[in-house]
Order: sequence, then structure tokens, then C-alpha cells
Amino acid sequence: MEKFEKVSGIAAPMPLVNIDTDMIIPKVFLKTIKRSGLGVNLFDEMRYDRQGNEIPDFVLNQPAYREASILIAGDNFGCGSSREHAPWALADFGIKVIVSTSFADIFFNNCFKNGMLPIVLPQEQVDILMKDAEKGANARMEVDLEAQTISTSDGETFTFDVDPFKKHCLLEGLDDIGLTLAKASAIDTYEESAAQARPWV
Amino acid sequence: MSPKTLYDKIWDAHVVQEDADGTCLLYIDRHLVHEVTSPQAFEGLRMAGRKVRAPEKTIAVPDHNVPTTLDRAKGIENEESRIQVEALDKNAKDFGVHYYPVSDVRQGIVHIVGPEQGWTLPGMTVVCGDSHTATHGAFGALAHGIGTSEVEHVLATQTLIQKKSKNMKVEITGKLRPGVTAKDITLSVIGATGTAGGTGYVIEYCGEAIRDLSMEGRMTVCNMAIEGGARAGLIAPDETTFEYVKGRPHAPKGAQWEAALNWWKTLYSDDDAHWDKVITIKGEDIAPVVTWGTSPEDVLPITGTVPAPEDFKGGKVEAARRSIEYMGLTPGQKLSDIEIDTVFIGSCTNGRIEDLRAAAEILKGKKIAVKRAMVVPGSGLVRAQAEEEGLAQIFQDAGFEWRLAGCSMCLAMNPDQLAEGERCASTSNRNFEGRQGYKGRTHLVSPAMAAAAAVTGKLTDVREMM
Repeated sequence: MEKFEKVSGIAAPMPLVNIDTDMIIPKVFLKTIKRSGLGVNLFDEMRYDRQGNEIPDFVLNQPAYREASILIAGDNFGCGSSREHAPWALADFGIKVIVSTSFADIFFNNCFKNGMLPIVLPQEQVDILMKDAEKGANARMEVDLEAQTISTSDGETFTFDVDPFKKHCLLEGLDDIGLTLAKASAIDTYEESAAQARPWV
Repeated sequence: MSPKTLYDKIWDAHVVQEDADGTCLLYIDRHLVHEVTSPQAFEGLRMAGRKVRAPEKTIAVPDHNVPTTLDRAKGIENEESRIQVEALDKNAKDFGVHYYPVSDVRQGIVHIVGPEQGWTLPGMTVVCGDSHTATHGAFGALAHGIGTSEVEHVLATQTLIQKKSKNMKVEITGKLRPGVTAKDITLSVIGATGTAGGTGYVIEYCGEAIRDLSMEGRMTVCNMAIEGGARAGLIAPDETTFEYVKGRPHAPKGAQWEAALNWWKTLYSDDDAHWDKVITIKGEDIAPVVTWGTSPEDVLPITGTVPAPEDFKGGKVEAARRSIEYMGLTPGQKLSDIEIDTVFIGSCTNGRIEDLRAAAEILKGKKIAVKRAMVVPGSGLVRAQAEEEGLAQIFQDAGFEWRLAGCSMCLAMNPDQLAEGERCASTSNRNFEGRQGYKGRTHLVSPAMAAAAAVTGKLTDVREMM
């Protein structure tokens, strides 16, 4: 995984609450057996009409936001299906940071596995970031994971919480499986004692 | 020893290693796999030259893409769907995991097959690359959905890196009224807490109304814990659970059964256990419900009316406006006046034998008044049992299509889809925009309510037909 560097980029406002993973990547695109190439279909049903033409009103179709790398989103972003195709599509489009008041649990975890940072902030701060994002392409935000800060184009800075282990993995670009396999002997030991305690499993 | 919840007990029994910051390596007893969220994970193993650590604890079955028409033996027409199912065929064989191919009578929706075959047992940890893994919580198993990266992690290590969630108790007291089912309970809970109400929690459902439910009903309740945002839903195992599990192909037998039973009987929340959040709903206050919008929290009793956006606060005002427009409804309209084109009975929420019995009970001797109606049993074995009980005949006589097992129109990855603007009374779990087909409109209901809608052609209070 690539290391998560500081992000300085355009933030796109998506104030709708409960944006679900069916919206982020509709099921017709789940038939792939690859991880790559889903960015073009990100938010497909909101972004294109039935003929495949862009819907001009949709935020990521607007000239100011086509290069967005940050999303400022409404409550409960990423709810619904566990499909990791959702973060794959976001990452493939170029999104590196998503800010909301809350995220669905599985989506939240999936982001970290793909080098993306979901940031939870209180409503008032999300509202300020949303307003800033609405200014368009000139409003570039800065995200510093090491310092755990996000700054608006006016320089207003908020700090955010992040799980220390997840932060470390993002900063170093670490592969979870490699880390866990290094603990193989602990897993062996657990399996031996579990086989004694619950042999029917 | 300090008092523990059921979740605490299962969690503690599965911690392989705990770091100072509370990050745990959690052991996984059962890993269920389907064709949509696993190809990239198996590919990852191949690229890294890794094996599946515990193939004997890994169970695969294709369900999302499979056609449900009677001629499916001739193969899958859609090339991408076919490739995905073929990839699972190959991966299951190459990595030596348990497998129920499309041609196997035991094939079906992964969350129906697992319990049916006795893979799911109380006190286990169960994961699957599918959010409705919450279903297995009905057995008192800690069960939740994971993404594909985590699928690969479990395949390679039989563990997950996890932090513990908080404990939430949802108590449904007393008895349910006639015509009210497990589906109405679970939708009503989401209606009360919202789709983010459970975020950060594992829910334990308890109370007399939950105890009174069959295993089928309990699976329906836990299935939709994810729609309430919870990591998992749990119900403490009891005699109903043990009765269901006993004798299933992969359930323990003989002395092992006795040993298992002894442990399972310790799996309940201690009286003075700590709860971070408690919700109590009176069973008698729950009515047969329907959803009017495009979020599972948009729940109202069938006797209600379509709300107005101004009835809501904050971001929900705009969301409700968008939902009402998408659904083609008018604020103030009676829910029981909403005309239905299609009825879908099936899914991991309501595709079990008891669901089919409840629907057939309403349909007996009647004809459908909708354009189309289909029953998609949750597994080949549910289908066979329904045929044996004469339910299939009732459905067919009423005008329902009687299909083969799969996820079908719940997420419409196979050809079973709604057309643009088509309105469906569905026993599935999600009413999201486009979920059952591009611009399709979904009203979530119980199987009995779906059957009632099929007969009248409108959303209907099933109590009027009992």
C-alpha cells in the first residue's frame, strides 16, 4: 500500500445524509474480479443519465470539483452493503480523504485498507468545512495525518481523532496481512488451546 | 469476576492477542464466502503465494449472481456474472474450501445455507464479505460483514484485527399482536434508532417477544442489525436454538454435543452487566410496518401516511424530499393507497420456510392483483421443503413464479430486476435508490404483508385479511 502523505486538494461538498454504498458504486459494477478501474463508475446513477451522459448538476461533474481529492459528506456516509468496491471506486477517482459526522462501520474500516482516511468531526465543524468546500476549486483544504489536522482554505484548523494503529498503518503504508502473519505463533497457540476448550468448532 | 454481556463473553473467548491500545487479533471460527466479494481476495493470496490457513472452517457458495429461473442448468448468460461464479468454482477447488456449487440442492443464499447446514453454532465468530452476516447472530454467534481486504486477511490468517464495540441492549417486552412479525420488529427498531443509531455498537436483542420467536424469526431480526448501523446483532441461545441446531450435518454429535451444550448454556448476559445504550420497545406497540422512502429508517405503520420533508430536521429534510420524489409519492397520501406492480418474497431476511408459510397462509385460494409476483426460496432445501408442504402449489395457484434459490431481486445482480419506475413490495432488507433495479421503487415489508399486497394490488394491512 502507498504511504499516506499530507493531502492538499479540492474538497467536494456532498451534504446528502445516508449516502449508501449502492449509490457510491451500483451493483452492476460489482461483477468485476479486479480492484482497479472503478473510478469512472463512482456514483454512477447520480453522475450519468441512462445514455451515459454526465448530469451537469452532480457535484463531481462540475468543473470546480472534477479533480477533488477530499469529500465533505452528510451523516452516516457509506452505509449499507459491505462492498469494498465503494472505497476502490473512490480511491480510483482520486479521493483520499472523506469527512463526515459519522461513517458506517464496515465502510470506515474498508477505507483504511485502501490508503484512504475517513475523518469524523462534530456537526459544527463539518458545516464549516461544507461551506468552505462550496466555494469551489479555489478552496483547497490541507490534511495532515501526522498532526491529525484539517485546515480550510481560510486557514481555520480542526484536529481529529484517529485510531493509533490505523494511523501508523496508513503513514507507513503497511500491509495488515504481513503484520498478522508475523504473529503466526500466537495464532498457533490459540488454535491449540481452542481445540481443547471447544473441540466441536 | 466482573459481570459480562453475551458479546463480552464471545469476544473474550476469541482474543488471540491484545495490544496495549486495545487493538485485538480476533480468531474467526467460520468464514463464509460468496462470489462477489471474494475473487480479489483469492487473487491476492495467489499473488503473495499464500494458502488458506483453515480451509475446513471456510465455506463457499455462489448466490448473488446466480439465475433463479428453472432453466439455470444451461448456464449464466451474462458473461461477467458467469466469470465471477466460475472464479468461485475454481477458487474453492484450488484452495480446498467447503463448497456448494450452483448444481447442488443445498446451494442457496450464504446466510441461509450456513445455519441450515449447521456451520453456524452458538458462541462462534462468523464473518463473510457481506453485510448481512449479522443474520448468524440469531444463534448467539458474533457475526458481521467485512470488506474484501479483510476477507483476504481471514483467508490467510483465520483472524481479524479488531477493536471491541460498545454494548447495546434492545429489549422487546411482552407479546406481539396478531399480524406482527419479526420483520416488523426489526424495521420498527431501525425506525426508532435510525440507520446510524447502532454505529459503534453490537446489539443484543432480548425480551419476551424475542424469546417467543422461532430461529427463522430471530434470523430476520439479526439480519437487519446492520441496517441499524450496528456491527452485529445477537440473541442469547436457548432451547429454541439448541433444538434447531441439533442433528444438522455439521453440528456436533454425541459427547461433543453434550460438551458444546454445556458451554452454550453459559452464553447469556449477566444480570448486572454494563450496557452503553438501552432501547426498550413494547411488543404490543409494534404494528405491521412498511417503508415509504429510500432508507430502511423510513418506517411507518401501514395505517400511516407519507410524511412531508418538513416533518424532519437537519440533513434529513433534503434526504426525505429526495426520497419522496424518487418514490413518486405525495405527502399526506395514505400508505394503504399506494399501488404495487410487483411482489418479491425471498432474500436472506425473509427467504426461510417460516416466511414462505406465512405468505402462503394469506395467499391460499386467492389470486394476485399485481403485474408480477415471485417467490425465491433462500436455499434449495427450503424450496424442497416448501414443495413437500404444498406451499409451492399455493404460490403457483395464486399466480406467483416459483423460482430456484439465490439472492435474486434483493440486490438485482442477476436478471431479476425492477424496471424504471416499477414499484415493489419486497421482503428484502434495503430500499436504497436503484437497489432492485435502476429507478426501481422498493417498499420493505414482512412476507405476510407482501402476500397481502399481492392479493389487493396495494400496500395492505394484513390484519384485514386474517
